[in-house]
Amino acid sequence: MEIYELTVHELIEKLDKKEITKEEVLISYQNRIDEKEKDVQAFVTITQQEAKDQLQKIQKEENKSKLAGIPIGIKDNICTKGIKTTCASKMLEDFVSPYDATVIKRINQEGMVCLGKLNMDEFAMGGSTEHSYFKKTKNPWNLNKVPGGSSGGSAAAVAAGMTPWALGSDTGGSIRQPAAFCGIVGLKPTYGLVSRFGLVAFASSLDQIGTLTKDVRDSALLLNVIAGHDKKDSTSVQKEKEDYVATLKNDVKGLKIGVPKEYFGEGINEEVKQSILKVIEVYKELGAVVEECSLDVAEYALATYYIIACAEASSNLGRFDGIRYGYRTKQYENLKDIYRNSRSEGFGPEVKRRIILGTYVLSSGYYDAYYKKAQQVRTLVKNEFAKNFEKYDIILTPTASNVAFDIGSKINNPLEMYLADLCTVPVNIAGLPGISVPCGLNKEGMPIGFQLIGKPFAEGTILNAAYSYEQNTNFKNNKPTFKN
Amino acid sequence: MQVSKEEILHIAKLADLNLKEEEIETYMGHLEEILNFAKVVNKAPIDGLEESIGVNEAYNIFRKDEIIESFNRDELLQNAKEQQQGMFKIPKVIN
Repeated sequence: MEIYELTVHELIEKLDKKEITKEEVLISYQNRIDEKEKDVQAFVTITQQEAKDQLQKIQKEENKSKLAGIPIGIKDNICTKGIKTTCASKMLEDFVSPYDATVIKRINQEGMVCLGKLNMDEFAMGGSTEHSYFKKTKNPWNLNKVPGGSSGGSAAAVAAGMTPWALGSDTGGSIRQPAAFCGIVGLKPTYGLVSRFGLVAFASSLDQIGTLTKDVRDSALLLNVIAGHDKKDSTSVQKEKEDYVATLKNDVKGLKIGVPKEYFGEGINEEVKQSILKVIEVYKELGAVVEECSLDVAEYALATYYIIACAEASSNLGRFDGIRYGYRTKQYENLKDIYRNSRSEGFGPEVKRRIILGTYVLSSGYYDAYYKKAQQVRTLVKNEFAKNFEKYDIILTPTASNVAFDIGSKINNPLEMYLADLCTVPVNIAGLPGISVPCGLNKEGMPIGFQLIGKPFAEGTILNAAYSYEQNTNFKNNKPTFKN
Repeated sequence: MQVSKEEILHIAKLADLNLKEEEIETYMGHLEEILNFAKVVNKAPIDGLEESIGVNEAYNIFRKDEIIESFNRDELLQNAKEQQQGMFKIPKVIN
């Protein structure tokens, strides 16, 4: 087995036993990037020399963390001091952050080595990574398919073995959906568990940083590093630190799982449905109590999501004016020209579309009809989840209603692209933790994922349930084929 | 839900965006389509429900007003396209 095929916990074990060295680990991943990046196109920036220098520094400092020397890939909307953070936008094409995001500080303290910055939909707006200004990332399982999005570069890089794990961000499914499309594990933590300081804001009340990993144990391991209160993010929650690896017990006996019937009706692909039904059987065999339940908010939640997310985006992206950072137009005579022309030339079509929609729903005359209603629906969605969580420990749904689609097939139909987020957005609306776990391949060999949703801050519960499924099944034996 | 050309131009102006003629058409169509879908929120059983501003109950989170070390000015100015005497430079705004 090649080094780049190993999970992080396997890497740690081999490093401990001195079967491999940290240098070999880095070289293995960098060689893999050399080999596969031309096909997959997952990186916006590859930090080849910086990674080598970083490893040398770590070796010199004798960092004792078990994670010292472990490589990682970072979604390109998480600020890294001295390395470009572009958000895959022309607007930030040459932006170098003067500071590290809090999650970057934490992984640096552990001595992890950054392999590069990963592609995404521009400003994390999209579900296919086709909205990147720089390149279209390909799905390692079939290079004609999208990797999902917006953390498509992160998911594709992990699936292709170009990084052992990656950080992503999830506003409406942007970690879980690409994880499902690329056959890996994607975890969106509870809103407030991980600091958003240094994450370029899209929709501040929904955004959360999370993990994309080869297996569940690695998710727990990386969550241990990034979780925790940060005084620089007032929405991060003061909470005692948990050891998420210790929650992995491979035991779901008596665990109560609710399966909302609304997610298995019209619109779900038959192969996906069959695959999820098999997951349910596995849980039953393992001793979990699985029951059908009702979560009749999917459609409302999706509409609400696009109202709230776009409203917040239109406000958050107001900061891009060509003055302090970011693209500045060459065509201007006065200050207003700088604002207008820089924004018009610097933002891509999907970002503009969402700014327009967000400005519309916040504008006078429409605020009550859209934004205010959406905020009320948000309460409704939270209540519906809470009701279900009185009965169940976990809610199980598909992650996406279909597998990865062909590149270019939805790009001109924004509404159709939005509808694909049906299963993931309610989780962000309610701020809950959600994890996507691979559970099979369809006839064409494309991965399918299922989603486990937990109560607020019950990451341990969903990680353990995900782990139990993974340990008793064998998706791991499937490898991406890179077929054309 | 009909969106007029005047409306889309008004919104673009509020958002500080110029739209080309062909963009106006496209965005008008998309906006109409998305708003038609989004109006489903009007059918939701939300009578009497409070608005949620976010996920957490906490509304304001205060900290002590203390002087702490901040960023280096030169580093913060590095991303500006124009600067002068340690400040961001913009065109003249008062004649």
